[in-house]
Amino acid sequence: MIGFALRRFLGAIPTLFVIVTLAFFMMRAAPGGPFDGERKLPPEVERNIKAAYNLDKPLGEQYLIYLGKVAQGDLGPSYKNKDFTVVRLIATGLPVSARLGLCAMALALLLGTLLGVMAALKQNHWEDYSVMGIAMLGITIPTFVTAPILTLLFGIYLGWLPVGGWSGGALPNMVLPVTVLALPQIAIVARMMRGSMVEVLRANYIRTARAKGLPATRIVLAHALRAAALPLVSYLGPALAAILTGSLVVENIFGLPGIGRYFIQGALNRDYTLVMGVVICYATLIILLNFLADIAYGILDPRVRLS
Amino acid sequence: MSATGQTLKAAVELKGRSLWVDARARLLRNRAAVTGIVILAAITALALLAPLLSSYAYDEVNYDIITCAPGWWPWHAACTAPGHLFGTDAVGRDLFVRVLYGARVSLAVGLVATLVSLLIGVLYGATAGYLGGRIDGLMMRIVDVLYSLPFVFFVIILMVVFDRNFFLLFIAIGAVEWLTMARIVRGQTLSLKHKEFIEAARAGGVSPFAIITRHIVPNVVGPVMVYVTLTVPGVILTESFLSFLGLGIQEPLTSWGVLISDGADQMETAPWMLLFPALFMAVTLFCFNFIGDGLRDALDPKDR
Repeated sequence: MIGFALRRFLGAIPTLFVIVTLAFFMMRAAPGGPFDGERKLPPEVERNIKAAYNLDKPLGEQYLIYLGKVAQGDLGPSYKNKDFTVVRLIATGLPVSARLGLCAMALALLLGTLLGVMAALKQNHWEDYSVMGIAMLGITIPTFVTAPILTLLFGIYLGWLPVGGWSGGALPNMVLPVTVLALPQIAIVARMMRGSMVEVLRANYIRTARAKGLPATRIVLAHALRAAALPLVSYLGPALAAILTGSLVVENIFGLPGIGRYFIQGALNRDYTLVMGVVICYATLIILLNFLADIAYGILDPRVRLS
Repeated sequence: MSATGQTLKAAVELKGRSLWVDARARLLRNRAAVTGIVILAAITALALLAPLLSSYAYDEVNYDIITCAPGWWPWHAACTAPGHLFGTDAVGRDLFVRVLYGARVSLAVGLVATLVSLLIGVLYGATAGYLGGRIDGLMMRIVDVLYSLPFVFFVIILMVVFDRNFFLLFIAIGAVEWLTMARIVRGQTLSLKHKEFIEAARAGGVSPFAIITRHIVPNVVGPVMVYVTLTVPGVILTESFLSFLGLGIQEPLTSWGVLISDGADQMETAPWMLLFPALFMAVTLFCFNFIGDGLRDALDPKDR
């Protein structure tokens, strides 16, 4: 088991390395530097600024310096938000984003599993068809459409929920963003759960459990669900990636102070270090969750470890 | 004697149905897929004929009719503009023609980026699958690594770095979407490469490149087509997502993402600005999904 975990961990490092490298060189390939403002700076001032940010050194050296700093957890100063380091910006935004993302993930897993199991148990009945129809809607319609439409409906016409703002994470402020983030994931989880549940319900050990007279709820909850939920574990990584992508939209529409919003602002302002820092932060999160999911999968399904 | 001859003839006639004829018949029997094709064809036709269908240009500004509802709008609105089927936007441009021009951009991005992903994915996957062994292992390992990257963020970086270059957008999205295609094609190639006709080609001295392009690629068309119809909506979504965030298509050009973004800004006073582009995009995405599902059922009989 430890060997398996170590192997997976070593596999994750090159990925992170590739990300940092790609991000660095793409940013450096940009025409124009971060300090090219409307007004041209005097050459000696520009030289000093460049020296302060190591921009006067050869590209290879800059890259090594950056790698070394990233390894120490230093993502550099933000070019556009004066007096802020990227790490500090991320540290202020992360709690908001994390709270949003975790709530959405929990909602998606809970509701998605429930709907998927329901659909599988009522396979080819109207319950199944309606759940799968709604799931199709949820998968097809993107967050940047559902977010304004739900806001229009519940925030403006009905006036039940605030249309934006964070207010320290108050529950009414969370409802719409979390719902919008979770909707596509609920749909995907429901589809996956239905598929694997239908398959599992046909397995021999389920027939055995039925034959020995176990109550139906026990068969579903204790026997079938455990096996059927396995694919969900490996979906956790992609789900997090999707939620992070969605959070870019959601945080911007609802005006929430999370890192998704910093990322978009940074991208629009050409704040290179901030954008790079956020991408590295996101990538680390995704890789970390993928790693944990792999380990969990290995524990839950010993067949994986051997192959 | 003649009876036997007739049965034989009948049998021969029955046998004359190729996989594609069969698949087309199955596809045409699928009501959701056919509806999808018809609606999509209609939207494409509207998009292509956009300049003929409206007397307004897509960038024609008119400050007398800012955010006016269409003439038939039944709910309350500050003003109406009877000549404009979908109303007007925040600078008085005709929304109908803008939605159709948005359709042009979105569909074009969908097609071009999908073609890019098709080209890279099919060649990469076929090469990996055909060569096999260590090269295959290395090539697929690269795909695995790229797969776990948060790719949308890299497209965003690219758009920032190269100042929202229109063509780069096409290529960048296409370069993101080829990974799954490569995996599918590789799997198919692995199962194909030990078939007799490939062995015959190899025995005849055909070069590996020619075998890949002339014998393997044509035989993976089925699954690839299914995946293509599912890639197009994915690409349209990505483009709209970027444009919505202000990182994609630039004014005065437009795409559904830009229009939805503008609409979301004005939705309290002018909900039509949000509803029409959103509706068009959602319907298009649905059509592609139905067509993709239909194609999969039609081409892959074992799944039914």
